[in-house]
Amino acid sequence: MSSMNQIEEEIISDFELFDSWEEKYHYIIELGQKLAPLDEKYKLDEYKIKGCQSSVWLNGEERDGKIYFSADSDSTFVKGEIALLMMVLSGQTPEAILDAKLEFIDALGLRQHIAVTRANGLAAMIKQMKTYALAFSSASK
Amino acid sequence: MTPFNINKIRSEFPILSEKAYGKPLVYFDNAASSQKPKVVIDALVDYYSSYNANIHRGVHFLSQKASAAFDAVREKVKTFINATSEREIIFVRGTTEAINLVASTYGRKNIGQGDEILISAMEHHSNIVPWQMLCEEKGAVLKVIPMNEKGELMMNELPALLTEKTKFVSVVHISNSLGTINPVKEIIRQAHAKGIPVLVDGAQSTAHEIIDVQDLDADFFTFSGHKILGPTGVGCLYGKLHLLEAMPPYHGGGEMISSVSFEKTTYNEVPFKFEAGTPNIADVIALGTAIDYWNQLDRQAVSAWEKELLNYATKLISEIPAVRLIGTAENKASVISFVIEGVNALDAGMFLDTKGIAVRTGHHCTEPVMQFFKIPGTLRASFMFYNTKEEIDSLVENLTKAIALLQPHSVA
Repeated sequence: MSSMNQIEEEIISDFELFDSWEEKYHYIIELGQKLAPLDEKYKLDEYKIKGCQSSVWLNGEERDGKIYFSADSDSTFVKGEIALLMMVLSGQTPEAILDAKLEFIDALGLRQHIAVTRANGLAAMIKQMKTYALAFSSASK
Repeated sequence: MTPFNINKIRSEFPILSEKAYGKPLVYFDNAASSQKPKVVIDALVDYYSSYNANIHRGVHFLSQKASAAFDAVREKVKTFINATSEREIIFVRGTTEAINLVASTYGRKNIGQGDEILISAMEHHSNIVPWQMLCEEKGAVLKVIPMNEKGELMMNELPALLTEKTKFVSVVHISNSLGTINPVKEIIRQAHAKGIPVLVDGAQSTAHEIIDVQDLDADFFTFSGHKILGPTGVGCLYGKLHLLEAMPPYHGGGEMISSVSFEKTTYNEVPFKFEAGTPNIADVIALGTAIDYWNQLDRQAVSAWEKELLNYATKLISEIPAVRLIGTAENKASVISFVIEGVNALDAGMFLDTKGIAVRTGHHCTEPVMQFFKIPGTLRASFMFYNTKEEIDSLVENLTKAIALLQPHSVA
């Protein structure tokens, strides 16, 4: 597993190929469409993060000291955002997840499209991923 | 009257020649906020550049000029909605504040334990929550006029809902999420027959209908400036004079008083009683300019054009496979709301955004409407007289592309 910084750098350099919001949109949609499906048993309210315009179901599991996420959303774009977050955070240690600054999000030039709306709750997803990390890190102590 | 000339009209709205992501802007979010003609923008600049001053108490040149310009707008609004007296016009921040004002003053004074307030199934949250807050405070009960699958109020239910406990009716003129034009005149007639006052939420209707509060016989009528070509942060509450006079004040402060001592304050007359503090002078003046702009338009031609845009869009959008229109009332304003099978509204709305097309997605602050139709939200395109059929063609073409991209392919 590459370090988080390396993965973030790779994502940033992928996005540097795109000139426009339209190209970024299509890329994120493609990531969303490719996101591995979430086991139906996690599509319950207790796994749900409710946004204003979309819902996300997120599960985190620990294997060998690392956390692996799986997720789904009714919005393909939001699934694409989750895929980006999972590239960076899934498979990392709880400590690394808790420390993650996720500065790549700003470098992608997406803030104006995703963060200004309360529509999809990217911040809520990050918070939930960190909550899993916190739970697993305190459980292992 | 100038004849209706779409190109000339579009040239009067600077923003309509802007680009979004390098593409021609297509603005179909008019139900959320209208664009502004240059004269309205100029009125704001002119006020701040040449006669900015506080009004009504200044002895100097600037204050007198600002006061005169401000006061003239009350008369313009009076004529615009055909009120009886300019004293019936209260400047507020917008429809939301107007409804809160009525709930907090008229409502607090006249509604008590066990009384009923009647609203409709298609209200905006701003015509639900203030009444719920009042009900909670007073132990009153909120009742709802139901609607049918087309998004029309079930008027046959109304007589039974107007009971001796009903103390107030507050109903939306045109639904922001469905476009339905409600028969408010008939609702008012039936309510008045039982002595019940009625507030009409005109946030959507004032941009699309010629408003005549005397013909409607509305007790209260509210609208927001920014939805009728004016600036944000200003709106009007119309109330029948005898009702306004009997109502307690809303906010305390300057302007709303007649005299103040530490022992007793006497209140100013209507409308000033409800306008505490320095008013929104610049935006009120620019609202006046927006009304001037409406007055030089041929309103019949504007109406006919909006109807044509609605019919054109309804036909083309309903022909797209997988599209289901939400809100198919017989009597509709230029709002089209729909869902697409297998496609999330937010995803489709963002796709349209990449093409420079502005629509709205979500519940449009009418969650009960979405609950009724058992959907999380819709895509909504809302048209104004400055929109064109070419823009609708672009919407339809790009919707088709969005569906091709986003709909799950049925290849096993």
